[in-house]
Amino acid sequence: MSSGGVELTIDGIRVVVPTGTPLLEAAREAGIEIPHLCYHPALSSAGTCGLCVVEVDGKLAQACREAASHGSDVRTEGGRIGQLRRLILELILSDPPRDCLTCEQAGSCDLQRYAYRYQLDANRFLGPDHERREAAPREDNPFIRYEPEKCVLCGRCVRACAEIQGRHVLGYAGRGFATEVASAFRGPLTETSCEFCGQCLAVCPSGALSERGRRFTAGEWELQAVQTVCPFCGCGCPLTLHLAEGRIVRVSGGRDGFRLCVKGRFGLSFVHREDRLRVPLVRRQGAHTASSWEEALGLLADKLRAIRGRYGPQAIAGLSSAKCTNEENYLFQKLMRAALGTNHVDHCARLCHAPTVAGLAQAFGSGAMTNSIDDIEEATCILVTGSNTTEAHPIVAQAIFRAVRRGARLIVADPRRIELADIADVHLRQRPGTDVAWLNGLAHVILAEGLWDRAFVEQRCEDLDALREAVEPYTPDVVEELTGVSDADLRRAARLYAGAERATFVYSMGITQHTSGTDNVLAVANLAMLTGHIGRHGTGVNPLRGQNNVQGACDLGALPNVLPGYQRVSDPEVRAKFARAWGAQVPVESGLTAVEIVDAARAGSIKALLVMGENPMVTHPDQRHVREALEALDLLAVVDIFPSETAEFAHIVLPAASFAEKDGTFTSTERRVQRLRRALPPPGQALPDWEILCRLSTRLGFSMAYGHPREIMDEIASLTPIYGGISYARLEGEGLQWPCTSPDHPGTSVLHQQAFTRGKGRFHPVRHHGPSEPPDADYPLALTTGRVLYHFHSRTMTRRVGGLQEMVPEGYVEIHPEDASRFKLETGALVRVTSRRGSIVTVARVTGRAQEGTAFVPFHFADAAANALTARDTLDPDSKIPALKACAVRLEPVVLD
Amino acid sequence: MAKERGWQARLFRGLPAEHEAKLIPLLQQVQKAYGYLPPDALERVADELGVPPTRVHGVASFYRQFTDAPRGRHTVQVCLGTACHVGGGKGIRDVLTQVLGIQPGATTPDGAITLEEVHCLGCCSLAPVIVVDGVAYGRNDRKKALRTLMECYDHEPPGA
Repeated sequence: MSSGGVELTIDGIRVVVPTGTPLLEAAREAGIEIPHLCYHPALSSAGTCGLCVVEVDGKLAQACREAASHGSDVRTEGGRIGQLRRLILELILSDPPRDCLTCEQAGSCDLQRYAYRYQLDANRFLGPDHERREAAPREDNPFIRYEPEKCVLCGRCVRACAEIQGRHVLGYAGRGFATEVASAFRGPLTETSCEFCGQCLAVCPSGALSERGRRFTAGEWELQAVQTVCPFCGCGCPLTLHLAEGRIVRVSGGRDGFRLCVKGRFGLSFVHREDRLRVPLVRRQGAHTASSWEEALGLLADKLRAIRGRYGPQAIAGLSSAKCTNEENYLFQKLMRAALGTNHVDHCARLCHAPTVAGLAQAFGSGAMTNSIDDIEEATCILVTGSNTTEAHPIVAQAIFRAVRRGARLIVADPRRIELADIADVHLRQRPGTDVAWLNGLAHVILAEGLWDRAFVEQRCEDLDALREAVEPYTPDVVEELTGVSDADLRRAARLYAGAERATFVYSMGITQHTSGTDNVLAVANLAMLTGHIGRHGTGVNPLRGQNNVQGACDLGALPNVLPGYQRVSDPEVRAKFARAWGAQVPVESGLTAVEIVDAARAGSIKALLVMGENPMVTHPDQRHVREALEALDLLAVVDIFPSETAEFAHIVLPAASFAEKDGTFTSTERRVQRLRRALPPPGQALPDWEILCRLSTRLGFSMAYGHPREIMDEIASLTPIYGGISYARLEGEGLQWPCTSPDHPGTSVLHQQAFTRGKGRFHPVRHHGPSEPPDADYPLALTTGRVLYHFHSRTMTRRVGGLQEMVPEGYVEIHPEDASRFKLETGALVRVTSRRGSIVTVARVTGRAQEGTAFVPFHFADAAANALTARDTLDPDSKIPALKACAVRLEPVVLD
Repeated sequence: MAKERGWQARLFRGLPAEHEAKLIPLLQQVQKAYGYLPPDALERVADELGVPPTRVHGVASFYRQFTDAPRGRHTVQVCLGTACHVGGGKGIRDVLTQVLGIQPGATTPDGAITLEEVHCLGCCSLAPVIVVDGVAYGRNDRKKALRTLMECYDHEPPGA
């Protein structure tokens, strides 16, 4: 027997389980499923249904609440156990639902399964109808349907809502037969703090809670399940699509088998939209007209060849896509480099985490999340900055919730009072664009108070003196002056972070989207090294990547200065290796970055632009400038699944397959390479991007012949050390986290454990310069941008999902009550927001969550586009990211005549 | 858009048991003050105690002593427990519903009287029983019950 374990016999099978394991789980170890309705392994146990009754040494016990005891003899079936279970089921079903014949859950219903198992062919307790049975199904929101008559009141949904999502929206209402699950005062869910994550319906054991759009689409037995990965954010949730007749009927899966957010669970119907691109389009006399692949690709190849012949390969650039697969990104950069001969290839990571890639590579030698999402739960202190985690990375937020619930300390540094600030120990509310100052201030306090990890720094790091000197001036009173963060809060945060046993940094674009983006990242890295909070479970520097495959697009070299695996273009040996494998030279000069490509297009030096699955018209800063650049191009080709704002300007538009229509892999924010599986045929003549790239490349005279993405991955593995051990055969389960360098390498969940990737971690002195465009008399507010839960990026997908669109149909500007009264605005009022570059009209939302002197605009909405306001010409010198998070604006009420 | 939740911050790290213990007494006070539990007051109770509003509503809707609709100035309860039923409680209920023009559970349009049906008050020796504003009147017949009812109106302020 292992230490801390207990050994017992269950139905004659001996099992050893850890002390404290409930009998129900111990039985699973023995391969025995004990019937249960109210129990769920991820939730606290309620012990209300009684169905899991077993005999322990002849005495009755509840298997969900009774811990396995050493030497006990457990019986899970037979004799009075079956009789008792039957009795319980009879009582639950004394008031049976009437539509088992047409229930969506039929076939996967626990209640039905148990009724069958215990032969419930009669019921002694059938009585007259009661109120609950009379209650009509409730559909007071776009996503979730509740049918009280099917509810067994097990309370799993109530507990999931409280314990996993931290919402407490659902509870019990009423008494006796009329008891039901409801929100407070039985109001519609849309008027509560419900986020429609759907965890409630995922854990429901009967058909009481179901997907609203699902009614009478297909029975459970007709569904075909396909394992794949969510196409929205970088969390990389595993998904199971359940399909019938080529339609997605429902979505299950997620972490722990049930944790998803509203977009993953309810937001995938965009793939079935009528307005998907179905045929190649070619612009003729100013209008897009349907064409054949033959014609469109022929035209594209001819034009590319002509432009290359006339202006050279440097006149061609490509924007690859963080939404496309690893294999497609690999082929895209290969096409640009090998077939066309230019390093002008980049993608939207330039606008989100380029400073992370640059900064963490300098400090640690590897620019990715150092730890894993689940690993955040191990932390005893979490510092979240520049990440509105509950809205942008809901599944990471769940990990933070669970850690805090277990007693971890939470420090939030954000100008806005984001939801996480509500449960934080300390909320540092810095002014936008002052991050280096407070981060250096933390380092100052940690050094001054002797809170740093001397042993770690001496053994593992270098250049401490440079840091010491750099942070010396950042005393708490100076920091207060620069940032607005009080002396006391700064000290408290420093002590919590440095004093924790395991502290982790979670950050996102609030840190990176500044002219000081790389400096901010370096300052974060300095703190992690200084306190030794890196290289162990529950610690680390964890940048949350925004797109499903932005990590992979970076990994596979859709960047102008590196080849796959961050192998530098400037390194002759690297170029030689790729040249040998590809049979083509790799251009020597680093290419232009995304923002520079658009600038060069406007200036006329870039003549042709290939865009795969990106929408720069909405996502790049300074919209007017982007428009002028696109209009100036001799050739714009767009590959997309929908006609996007960018595609409107294209000469050639090629229809692509969506995530559900192709095979491939995505790499999530935690460096996990996961398999995407084809569940549907693409609509019309649409093709997977990798096939389009192969056809185009071959037409350009550079043959690409792959039968399946698995062959592309094999080529990637042969050239990319961090992906060296990755193959489709190994990706069947949970995927692999890079670095995974050989076929027997298990993958890496925590980076930098023994040594940093670059050897020693290096401290970098960084200085506060302040925001690039501080507010002034003409433009008195600092504008920040960000996401909302219900939408994704340029809304190309989410605005085509009815429910998501219904939740947040239009853009807005969030402002503080003081500023609202200053500018004579109230919630709902039309307001003009003007920056030095442009102006938008949107709706005011007045809330104390905004910081006085700042305004917040979500960046999803093309009709109130944040990028009409943001600046492109203020770039971070290292990473070339534009300062999207801090520009100056003014507000004016709009008076309608 | 998520609502702002004052109660959540405190709740998150675990609700102290005494807060939940205070819930019922506080609801009783609210009910006494207003005669019922207005939703706004329940929101406030939730906020004060750091208990989620769903939980407050759950408790308030579970116990019969709480009501979510405004009540009359007087409460008349007719017992239909076994002894009262045998003693003619049903006839008494019928005459009161007829005279007041409302069903049990409702309140007269003038807001004077809420009529309720109860099932045994534990004073079966007095059957059939009606209770007016907490005071039991026993050994009723229809006439006596009506007289007792009318006394409610005698105590009404003029013009009410």
